[in-house]
Amino acid sequence: MLGDLARGLATTLKAMFEKPVTIQYPEVKRPVRTRYKGRHVLKRYENGLEKCIGCSLCAAACPADAIFVEAAENTDDERYSPGERYARVYEINLLRCIFCGYCEDACPTEAIVLGDNYELSFTDRRSSIYTKEMLLEPVPEGGKPTPQKTRPGEFARAIPEMKDPV
Amino acid sequence: MTKMITLTIDGIQVTVPEGTNIVDAAKKAGIDVPVFCYHPKMHPVGMCRMCLVEVGRPVVDRATGEFVRNEDGSIKIQFNPKLETGCTTPVSEGMVVINTSEKVKRGRKDILEFLLTSHPLDCPICDKGGECPLQNLTMAHGPGSSRFLFDEKKHLLKHTPLGELIYLDQERCIQCGRCVRFQEELVDDPVIGFSQRGRSLQIVTFSEPGFDSIFSGNTTDICPVGALTTADFRFGARPWELNAAASICQQCPVGCNLTLNVRREAVASGKVVIKRVMPRQNEWVNEIWICDKGRFGYHYTESPERLTQPLVRKEGELQPVSWEEALELVAERFRQAGENLLSVAGGRLSNEDFFNLRKLTEGLGGKTALYTHMGGGDLVALAGMSKDSNLAELGKGDAIFVIASDLHQEAPIWWLRVKQAAERGATLIVALPRPNRLDKFAQHVLRYRYGEESGLVLAMLNVLSAKRPELPESINALWRDAEVQAAAKAFAEAKNAVIFFGSEGVGLQASQALAQACANLLLLTNHVGRPHNGLIAVWQRPNDQGAWELGWRPSPELREAMGKASALYLVACDPAADDPGLPLTPDFLVVQDLFLTATAKLAHVVLPALPFTEREGSLVSGERRVQRYYPAIPARPGARADFAIIGQIGKQLGMDLEDRIASKVMLRIAAEVPAFAGITYTTLAHAPEQWPIIGRADLYYGGTTYENQQGIGVQLPNGVERGEQLTLSWPALVTLAHHGEGYLAVPVTKLYDGGSTLMASHLLDQRRVGSVIWMHPAEASQNAVQDGEFVHLQIGEASAIATVQLDEQVPQGVILAPRSTGIPLHEPRLVQIKVVERS
Repeated sequence: MLGDLARGLATTLKAMFEKPVTIQYPEVKRPVRTRYKGRHVLKRYENGLEKCIGCSLCAAACPADAIFVEAAENTDDERYSPGERYARVYEINLLRCIFCGYCEDACPTEAIVLGDNYELSFTDRRSSIYTKEMLLEPVPEGGKPTPQKTRPGEFARAIPEMKDPV
Repeated sequence: MTKMITLTIDGIQVTVPEGTNIVDAAKKAGIDVPVFCYHPKMHPVGMCRMCLVEVGRPVVDRATGEFVRNEDGSIKIQFNPKLETGCTTPVSEGMVVINTSEKVKRGRKDILEFLLTSHPLDCPICDKGGECPLQNLTMAHGPGSSRFLFDEKKHLLKHTPLGELIYLDQERCIQCGRCVRFQEELVDDPVIGFSQRGRSLQIVTFSEPGFDSIFSGNTTDICPVGALTTADFRFGARPWELNAAASICQQCPVGCNLTLNVRREAVASGKVVIKRVMPRQNEWVNEIWICDKGRFGYHYTESPERLTQPLVRKEGELQPVSWEEALELVAERFRQAGENLLSVAGGRLSNEDFFNLRKLTEGLGGKTALYTHMGGGDLVALAGMSKDSNLAELGKGDAIFVIASDLHQEAPIWWLRVKQAAERGATLIVALPRPNRLDKFAQHVLRYRYGEESGLVLAMLNVLSAKRPELPESINALWRDAEVQAAAKAFAEAKNAVIFFGSEGVGLQASQALAQACANLLLLTNHVGRPHNGLIAVWQRPNDQGAWELGWRPSPELREAMGKASALYLVACDPAADDPGLPLTPDFLVVQDLFLTATAKLAHVVLPALPFTEREGSLVSGERRVQRYYPAIPARPGARADFAIIGQIGKQLGMDLEDRIASKVMLRIAAEVPAFAGITYTTLAHAPEQWPIIGRADLYYGGTTYENQQGIGVQLPNGVERGEQLTLSWPALVTLAHHGEGYLAVPVTKLYDGGSTLMASHLLDQRRVGSVIWMHPAEASQNAVQDGEFVHLQIGEASAIATVQLDEQVPQGVILAPRSTGIPLHEPRLVQIKVVERS
C-alpha cells in the first residue's frame, strides 16, 4: 500500500517539472485546425458578388432548424449574386446551431463555410441571431460591394460551370 | 354500359373500361408508369417517351378467332420486340404489361439521359425544385451520370416573361407540350405555341398582352419542370418550407377549392403570410383548375389598409375605441331602434355570419335585406342542382342552357366545365345579345334584345306547351324564330338539363322574372329534382346562394327602407360607393367591413372584420354545394370574424348567439334550416377518393394541384327533393325602354374589375378593365363620339367619367359598361352621354 502511494506521488512530482499545457486564453489564442467548424461565414466571389443564391438547401439540411432564408430576384441593376436568385434574408440562430457542417455539405455554390470563430457568447436570445450582414465576409480586394450594377447577360448562371460533372 | 377489359400489369389483374390507356390502368392498380407529357385531363400525345413499357398480347388463331394456347394450357402471349408508350396504347383483353423489366428500366434511363442533355440542372434556384416531376423521376429512374458533353448544353434565356403573370425559363423546358395543349384543348385560348423544332424548340406567346388567358396559372401547375413559374410566387419560398391550409375561393359563386400555402416571413416582420394560392382537387366543383383571378386575387386580405380597430364617431371624427365600448354602444342603440333596425348584408359573408345576423336582427324585431342586384335565389333553392349533381357527368343526350351570362368572364370554371360538357356531346344553348366565348361550342346561339330575357324563355315554353300566356308581339317574333324553336325542342328532349342564368341586362326584378321563367322551363320539361338537373344562378358574390338558403331576401325598395330605418347595420356591402346619390343618414349607422369604405366613412360605428384567410366558415356555391374553408394564417389582432362580432352584439343584448366557434353556428343552422339538416363541419370535411389521383407523391401524373384531404363539401338537397312544391307561374315581363332620353346602358360583369377584393392585386393591373363604356362604331359615328374619348355619364342623380371604346360586338342601340369600375350602374337604364371637352 505504501508502495502505491509512493508511485502516485512520484507521478505528481514528475508532472511538476513538465512544460504546462494550459494556454492562457483569452490572452493567448491557439490556432484552430484547418477543418475546425466555427461560426459560419458567407463567402463572396473575387468580384465581390455573394456566392449565396438563396436556395435554402442549407436550411433544409440543418438538423437544428437554425437557418432561415428568404430569396428574391436579382436584376442587372441591382445584383447581389450570379444568376436570378439571391438571399434577401439570411439568418442563423447560433444558439440552435450544433456546428455539424451539414449546411456546408448542402450548399451548391460553396457559399456557406464554417469558419474559425468560436468566440460566441450572447447576453440575450435576440443577439444570437446572426444576419446576412454579420455573416458575409468582407469584400475582397479589387471587388465591389453588393448590390452591383452589372452588364446584361454577364452573370446569368447561378451555379458555377462544373468542369467535371460526375 | 362500357365494355370492361381485363389485363395484367406486373402480375396484377386490372379491370378497366374499354379505351383506357395503359398509364391510367396501371394507376388504378396502384402501379406507377412515369410520364411527362401525358396528363389524365388531356389527350395523350406520346411525345416524351417516358412511359415505355413492354406489352404482350394474346396470340389469336386467325382461322378460329380463339386464343392460341401453350402446351401447358395457358394463353400464348406474344411480346412486341420494342417498347411501347403506355399513354397512347389502349388496353386490350388479355394484354400483359411489364413495367419493371430491365429492358423497361433501361429505356427510361436513356430517355432521362436524353431529357437532361440540355436541362440546366439549376434545381437549387428553381421554384419547382422539391415538387418537380423531372427531379423526382430522375432520382427514381434516371442515370447517375451522363455520357453527353456538359459543355454542349444549350444556354438560353432564363428570364422570359410570357406575360406579366407567367415567366418562362427556356432552358428548363423539356418540350412536353402540356401547357400548349392545355391552352388549346382545355381552355380554348391558343395563345402559346411551339416555335422552331428539335433542340431549338421554344414556347412562345403570340398574343397581346402576352399569354392572354384567364387560366394561365394552371400551366405552371401541370408543367413537369420549372419552365413556367408565376410572377406572384417567383422565388417566394421552397415548396417544402410551405404549410398548406384548405380554403375556398371567394371571387365568384363557383366555389373553387383552394390550398393556401403559407410561411412565416422575415420581411413581414415575422408574421405568417400567404405565399401562393394553389388549386385543390374537387372533381365536383373545379376538378384541378382555378382561374387567374382566384390564383392572384388574394392580396386584398393582406392589405395594410385593412381595419384593425373598432371606430366610433366622436365630435364628428371616427376615433379608435376598445371593442367593449363599441359593442356596448352598438347593442344599446340597436335595442333602442328595435323594429326600426335594418340589417343589410352582402354575399361575401359566410353562412354562419348570415345566420347570426338574421337571428340578431329578428330577435330585436328588425328587418334584414340581402344586398344584391340579382334575384331568383328562392327558385334556385327549390329547383337548383339536386344532390349528387356534377357538371362533369353531362354529355351526350343532355342539355345546358346559358342565358344572360357571359360565363367566361363571370365564372370561368363554369365556362370551362360547360364547354367540356358541350365537347362531350351535350347540347349547349347560349342566349346573350352579344357574341361571347361560349358561342363557338353551342348548338344553338340565340340572340335577343336586352330586356327580352324572360320573354325568350317564355317563347321557348310556348314552343313546348299548349298553354300559352298572352305575350307581346316582340316575344311572339322570338317564338316564331326557327332557332328558338329548335333550341326549345332540344332542351325538352334532353335526358338531363341545366340552366345557368345571369344578370347581364337584368336588374333585381327582371332577374327574378327570368329565374321564374327558367324554373318553368325546367319544370315543364321535367328537369327538376333529379341529379345533374337544375337551375344555377351566376351570382356576383361567392355566397349569395347561401344567403337565400338561409332566408335572406333582397328588398326591391332597399333605398327607401334604408332611408326610413333609424338604425342601419351594413355588413360586407358598400352602398355609398355603388350609389353615390344614396341618402345615407339614419340616426345610427354601423358598418362592418374589411376596409374603411365610402359607406364606412359615413358611419357612426365601424367594426373591423376578418377576411376568409384568417377565419373559419362555410359557403354555398351556385351549384348549392356547402363547402368549408379553414383559417390559413393567424387573425390580425384587432379584427374579428363577422359571426363573432354579431354574436357578441347579441350577447350584450342577452340573446343566445354563438360568438366563438363557427362549427357550433353550423350545428344551429342544421337544426333550424331544413335544407342544411344533417350538415356539420365533420360531414363537410369528408374527402372521398377522387379520380384522377392528384397531388400525392406522384406529382408527375396530375401536376402540383393539391390532393383534397379537407373535404369536398355537401350538396344541399333542393326544395323539390325535400317535397316542396314548385309551381308554374308566369312572371310579369319587365320591359326596358330602349328609346327615350339618352342611351340604354347595360352593366356587364368583367373578370378583372375594380372591386375591393381585387384592387390590391397589382399583378393584374394591366388586365383590369377601367372605367369604360363599349359602343358600336355605327352608333358612335352617328353621335359624333370617337374611340378613346372621355365622356361624362349622367346616370339618374349619379354621374361618372368613362372612356369610350368602340366594339363591333356591342349590339346597336345600347352601350355596355363594366360593373365594379366606378360607374354606378347596376341594372339597365337610360343614361345621358356628353363628350368631355378636351382642354
